[in-house]
Amino acid sequence: MKLITAVVKPFKLDDVKEALKAAGVVGITVTEVRGFGRQGGHTETYRGAEYKIDFLPKVKLEILADAPDVDRIVDVISAAANTGKIGDGKIWITDVETVIRVRTGETGPSAI
Amino acid sequence: MESGNLAWVLVSAALVLFMTPGLALFYGGMDKGRNVLNMLMMNFYCLLIVPVLWVIAGYSLAQTPFDNGFIGNFDSFFLKDITVAGDGGALATVAFLGMFAVITPALISGAVADRMKFSAWAIFVPVWLFLVFVPVFKWVYGGWLFDRGSIDFAGGTAIHVNAGVAALAAVLVLGARKSDASPPHSLPLVMIGTGILWFGWFGFNAGSALAANGQAAQAFMNTFLAAAAAGLAWLVVEWVRDGHPTTLGAASGVVAGLVAITPAAGYVSGPAPIVIGLIAGVICCYAVRLKKKFGYDDALDVVGVHLVGGLVGSILIGFFSNPSFFDGEFGEGIFYGGNAELLVEQIIANVAAMIWSFVVTFVIMIALKKTIGVRVSSEAEATGLDLSEHGETAYHSAS
Repeated sequence: MKLITAVVKPFKLDDVKEALKAAGVVGITVTEVRGFGRQGGHTETYRGAEYKIDFLPKVKLEILADAPDVDRIVDVISAAANTGKIGDGKIWITDVETVIRVRTGETGPSAI
Repeated sequence: MESGNLAWVLVSAALVLFMTPGLALFYGGMDKGRNVLNMLMMNFYCLLIVPVLWVIAGYSLAQTPFDNGFIGNFDSFFLKDITVAGDGGALATVAFLGMFAVITPALISGAVADRMKFSAWAIFVPVWLFLVFVPVFKWVYGGWLFDRGSIDFAGGTAIHVNAGVAALAAVLVLGARKSDASPPHSLPLVMIGTGILWFGWFGFNAGSALAANGQAAQAFMNTFLAAAAAGLAWLVVEWVRDGHPTTLGAASGVVAGLVAITPAAGYVSGPAPIVIGLIAGVICCYAVRLKKKFGYDDALDVVGVHLVGGLVGSILIGFFSNPSFFDGEFGEGIFYGGNAELLVEQIIANVAAMIWSFVVTFVIMIALKKTIGVRVSSEAEATGLDLSEHGETAYHSAS
């Protein structure tokens, strides 16, 4: 089992969600996060004073998937979140030792 | 007082009361999210302590008897002899003026944001009320500055210049914040606060006619126009200078215009409020940068908006005062047939108020610093005054 973590632009969240649902993904966890990458930040001006905003708002999605599904899900996210502009985000994949469904106690891929 | 006048003064008093919560939101939105409750509480504390003190002795010392030069006496201690026999006008006036006493120290809170101990603020407010607000109010309304011929319709000198220069003295003793200034945590709160302030300011200015008459109507119109013109001016300067017309700029301009028209509201007419607003909007938009140049940490620009805006309005009275329009007995401005006499008196009144307010506020702050201390610990400053001073948090991430 794998954990797919994707950081994408906030306004792309709905597109990514719809695409993932259409691809058969049954669960997503979403967190509002801030960060910077190559895109860097921007400046804002308040009462004539400039403030450097380094951390930009992004959305982090976490999806548990069975190993054979991973490549397909990553492709779906990549396609849906892509704007072609700097700051589209990143996707990374980590190994998951086990998954437990709280209600039933099921473990392994059937708990996803 | 006739019933129509009484009704307007009572309504105006309620409008002015509403300005303090409005100011709290205006400042609170500009402040950091970890200090917003502390900012709201510094303002609400004024709503709790000042009415009580005003009734006990504040009003008496500030107004009784009217013609004392420097300070009143205790003739109206605990509102002694202020009855509702006849029409209730005297009592309504005490309430109306009490609302001004509430918001004046509250104005200072914006400067000391993010690092002043609440216990120090709790003592500062009553001491400042009696040692600074009350005497300056007395001088301007019935005292020696009044006798010399200076005029201040709704509190440009007595309230905004007074509080603005006190804010400067307070931050010089308090010192700068440890962390860098941060952008406003909630501009929507700032905008709600601005709307409430503008709404309440109609009571502040038009109510200061203490009658439902033509002067009140003109003061109302002036309050409407000057705020709009100043907001517009600030916006244009920003747009040209910094590239964007900002919401904070619009809000700041509106407040600067309201401050500037306050002393002039019942003395000017025609295009004057628009001119005063435009001038105040441009000057205050630049004045908020003075803190960078001179290095005092006036967190939310009380000096740039209230001291400078108050001075602009009060000085411009010397040019725009138009007594014949009001059938009034105050001095004429230079543009309306007068000589420089009124202008000179306006300058004297503001200089006198500034010297007293600055020196006494400085001494009060030094005394507090040497006794209970005026600053929160570095740790409290870093983690937020909401938690350290009030044991509360404004925004919980999940509930």
